[in-house]
Amino acid sequence: MIFILLPFVEMFYASLRPLDHLFRSPYQFYSDDLSFWAYREMWNTVPMLPRYIFNSFFLASVTSIITLLFVIPAAYAYARFKFPFKNSSLYILLAINMFSGAVLLIPLYKVLRTFGLLNTYQAMIVPGVAFLIPTSIWLLKSYFAKIPIDLEEAAFVDGASRVQILRHIIAPLSTPGLVVVGIYAFIGSYAQQFLFAITFNQKKEYMPIPSGLYEFIGYTTVKWNEMMAASLVGIAPVLIIFLFLQKYIVAGLTSGAVKN
Amino acid sequence: MKQKLKSYNAQTYIAYALIAPAAIYIILIVAWPLLETIRLSFTNSSLAGEDYVGLENYQKMFSSKKFNGIVSRTFIWMFFSVSLKLIIGLIGAVLLNANLKGRSIFRVLVMPPWVVPIAIGMLGWLWLYNGYFGIIAGVGMRTGILDGPFGFLAYKQSAFISTIIADVWVGTPMVTVFFLAAMQGVPRDLYEAAYCDGASRWDRFFKITLPQITPVIITMSLLSAIWTFNSFEIIWILTEGGPRGATTTLIIDTYKQALGNYKFGRGAARAVVVMILLMLFAGFYLALLARINRKISHG
Repeated sequence: MIFILLPFVEMFYASLRPLDHLFRSPYQFYSDDLSFWAYREMWNTVPMLPRYIFNSFFLASVTSIITLLFVIPAAYAYARFKFPFKNSSLYILLAINMFSGAVLLIPLYKVLRTFGLLNTYQAMIVPGVAFLIPTSIWLLKSYFAKIPIDLEEAAFVDGASRVQILRHIIAPLSTPGLVVVGIYAFIGSYAQQFLFAITFNQKKEYMPIPSGLYEFIGYTTVKWNEMMAASLVGIAPVLIIFLFLQKYIVAGLTSGAVKN
Repeated sequence: MKQKLKSYNAQTYIAYALIAPAAIYIILIVAWPLLETIRLSFTNSSLAGEDYVGLENYQKMFSSKKFNGIVSRTFIWMFFSVSLKLIIGLIGAVLLNANLKGRSIFRVLVMPPWVVPIAIGMLGWLWLYNGYFGIIAGVGMRTGILDGPFGFLAYKQSAFISTIIADVWVGTPMVTVFFLAAMQGVPRDLYEAAYCDGASRWDRFFKITLPQITPVIITMSLLSAIWTFNSFEIIWILTEGGPRGATTTLIIDTYKQALGNYKFGRGAARAVVVMILLMLFAGFYLALLARINRKISHG
């Protein structure tokens, strides 16, 4: 427990201490003048910080929306229809999850370069979506499968069209599932914004928080208290979303992977 | 009426049409690059262009001592990291499963490292490991374990251990949560029966809990091995594979060759090795999963 939380506590503590207290030798544990000064000052030290935050949110939202667009029909098909290669293709999806993006970087880099797409938002979104699709399909499939098929069949026999069924039966019943999968995709794409971001994008304007802050460690003497403050600001949104919805997310993920 | 229902459920072409977008996307962004990587591994591709060079990349790679060192280092790193994750995860899950006060809060509190973007978590660790001002060095100096500032990431051995610890920090919550979910799935009456027979706490753990969750332990160790093998951000941010290659794993080496030096051909050859290893892991995992599922469905 201490092992897990210590880094966060220390990050927070460091963010409250004045810089010269952090850089004092011999090492000191206490500072008497804790303040939120670093949280104000960081906007000056990292001038692009608002932009990084916007980028992170923008990238994560677009990535998760696109993911949902691809995943909803596919998951519905997996939950409802019987067709050849159904099981084997589901396993292939699982296998894709196990490939690190690092293996695919070379061809993707070359293609993006050829099309002049390096250093754009697209360069980070496109591969990001691909790695969210498999798990999202698995997750959403299990939600769709819980909707009793009798409801749909009854409506169909009564003469409802497929579109009507989709609108009046499936959409309202699957909203909770869609929300969970959407949030999974959002947190996932927020978290994955490093590898693709440092590889395909050198432009500061497009950097999400992780790669933006990482860039900052490279040059200048690091103002650690502001660095920690900025990191915590970057972490906050996902943590808040997660704390509110952790029950659903954990239940969904564990049932998908363990019990299949 | 039956006929009509049949027409509702049996239209495979609709199913294919619904899956097609996702399938095409995956083929374009995942499958094609995989094949292209294999092709590139037989060329000397770089930013300048490419020529077919046959097996040269592979010959060079396998005859280099450095590469063989990297492979064995990767497995040693993986072994320690995965075992620690499993042990700590198991202990953590047992504690969280026990009837302790405030366990629901603790259950939430174990998860942050898993949810937080790894890259940002690592910035925190970078500060913890700081040789002059980090808290670990600070405590060490105060208690006299260290006689002066010590940069944990600056020396070969300590950097290796430090990256493992950070990796365990990231990976343990997930393992814990899955173990916990499995433990809660163990039927209650098994425990009650054992309790009536006078089994001790240890007996109940080793004779009931452990055997019952063994399938999950095996799957999790494989999954966690795969993720640990793939781990990139942790090492990259903490050490970039240094000092002097002490923390360079296969993934880091692949990245450095391909995108640090723009030697796409050599990088691709390494990526192919990574792919083959991953496919072996994935094969094991899927075979295992299929077996477990069969067992469950046959009771």
